[in-house]
Amino acid sequence: MLKVEHLTKMFGGLAAVNDVSVTFEAGKINAIIGPNGAGKSTFFNLISGLYQPTSGRILLDGVDVTNMPSDKVARLGVGRTFQTTNLFEQATVLDNLIVGHRLRTRSGLWDVLINSKRLQREEKAARDKAQEALEFVELGHVADQFIADITQEERKRVAFALALATDPKIVLLDEPAAGVNPEETESFAALMRKMVDRGLTVCLIEHKMDMIMNLADKIMVLDHGEKIAEGTPEEIRNNPVVIEAYLGGGDDAAA
Amino acid sequence: MLYKIGTLLMKPGAKLVLLALAIAFPFMASNEYQVYVMASAFVWAIAVYGLNIITGYCGQLNLAHGGFFAIGAYTLGLLTADAGWSFWPAFIAALVMSAVLGFLVGIVSLRLKEHYFAIFTLCVGFIIYLLIDKWEGLTHGAIGVRDIAAPNGFGVVDFTDTTPFYYLVLAFLVFAIWFMGRLSRSLLGRTFLAIRNGDELAQSLGINLMRNKILAFVLSTVYAGMAGALYAGMVRIVGPEEANINHTFDMITYLLVGGIGTLTGPLLGTVGIVWITQSLQFLEEYRMIIFGPLLVLLVIFAPRGISGSFLTWMHHKAQSLAPGKKRKHSKVTADQKAREAESNA
Repeated sequence: MLKVEHLTKMFGGLAAVNDVSVTFEAGKINAIIGPNGAGKSTFFNLISGLYQPTSGRILLDGVDVTNMPSDKVARLGVGRTFQTTNLFEQATVLDNLIVGHRLRTRSGLWDVLINSKRLQREEKAARDKAQEALEFVELGHVADQFIADITQEERKRVAFALALATDPKIVLLDEPAAGVNPEETESFAALMRKMVDRGLTVCLIEHKMDMIMNLADKIMVLDHGEKIAEGTPEEIRNNPVVIEAYLGGGDDAAA
Repeated sequence: MLYKIGTLLMKPGAKLVLLALAIAFPFMASNEYQVYVMASAFVWAIAVYGLNIITGYCGQLNLAHGGFFAIGAYTLGLLTADAGWSFWPAFIAALVMSAVLGFLVGIVSLRLKEHYFAIFTLCVGFIIYLLIDKWEGLTHGAIGVRDIAAPNGFGVVDFTDTTPFYYLVLAFLVFAIWFMGRLSRSLLGRTFLAIRNGDELAQSLGINLMRNKILAFVLSTVYAGMAGALYAGMVRIVGPEEANINHTFDMITYLLVGGIGTLTGPLLGTVGIVWITQSLQFLEEYRMIIFGPLLVLLVIFAPRGISGSFLTWMHHKAQSLAPGKKRKHSKVTADQKAREAESNA
């Protein structure tokens, strides 16, 4: 599905991501964990094309997407969420989601001017898609609410729905359960399982270990930009290198 | 009660009533000067609609907008006064010129983001002013362009008269608003809004930033150029002051007061402020003492201006009146759950 080979990103002299190779299999939940500043978000930004890597290759279903701009990567089926999502506060949830399907439409200025058949058809498709994504994240009942009026947890679900409206093959979720209570965390985990059941590949960054250990099929651990471990939750739990990175030791203890 | 009036205002028929009022205005006005003031307010409103596309919808604060207004005015002025063109070909040329220059400025300036874009366009606006002021061979410098042609009339209609010109401007304004309405509801308008929400999010939704920003920018400069060309046809004499940065800030004020990123905001803000300014004429420069604090209060308490605040208020009113109140209920239980979870922890 997604194959990353020797990926490196330098910011000045600092390697934010250093020689990381990993394969994410289709239809699985892949987690990336690591201490703060380990390069997890940078890794996502490289895959989704927001950053251009210094070296290495990224292959999506065999297609080289290494230096592709992020809008093209999105069109090839990589959806993503951010730690915070800016939405149009004084517009309804549904209105905010309709644009999610824009990348699968082609209408331009001329279609707007003459209100073409194509535009009408595409707008209906985009609206249906938004509605469908909203139902998927179980927020159908807030479709007509303003974003400003929904809860924090609902906002996070809307961000999910927005990524889903792009018709992705793989979704990159950046700390989806940050700042939500334990019960809601469980419902997010259920949502991710539901995505996989629908044939999506999920890749998430998360700090909540309980959730990850129960949820992930495979975990990659980053520390100081390098991959220090990879495996099933069971393997990761017992890996001494991982334990050291998390509990600290030697030089890291001061940091 | 207020809500009932509000729902009436939101009905499609309200537009027709407004249009009827605008058509009847010259007959209700007590003198020709009032018609002239209204026509010039409409001209500025067209330009403010343009600013609304790039700044209100697409979120890029363009401070060269007054410059593009002047480019429209000067293109029309120079082509009719110096090159002897008649009005309509020169009008088309003014639109093309503002589109081409808008495209060229856009591909450079839109590489910058946020404040950098604003500062860059501020400089572009000033350069346009300097070019107009100093390039005497082309623009006649500080003397300005005189004897600009009025739009060619037909039959008994003579656009050198104030009232026929008023209707001409009204027709363009209606077209400008109509297109804006269609744009704002379309996928293209939603694309612009997504860019306003954030570059990175928009890109992750597969939106080509540069292409869409340039499109929004060129649309805005065409609106500005159209307004400038109409302005030149109305006053028949233009000078470098048309490119003064003050015009840009005036337009931003109209947009903020009326409601940035709304469909009716530019019209409300422009017409409202132009008339308030007129009625405060006796205060001369001191009227800024009133305007300044008012604007500050508005930005603090109603950042989306008159239209935006109205729409938000209407939405909340409608939600609270909606039958079922399913939503309220679920919110309460969610809060309860959160509290329970907290007490468990």
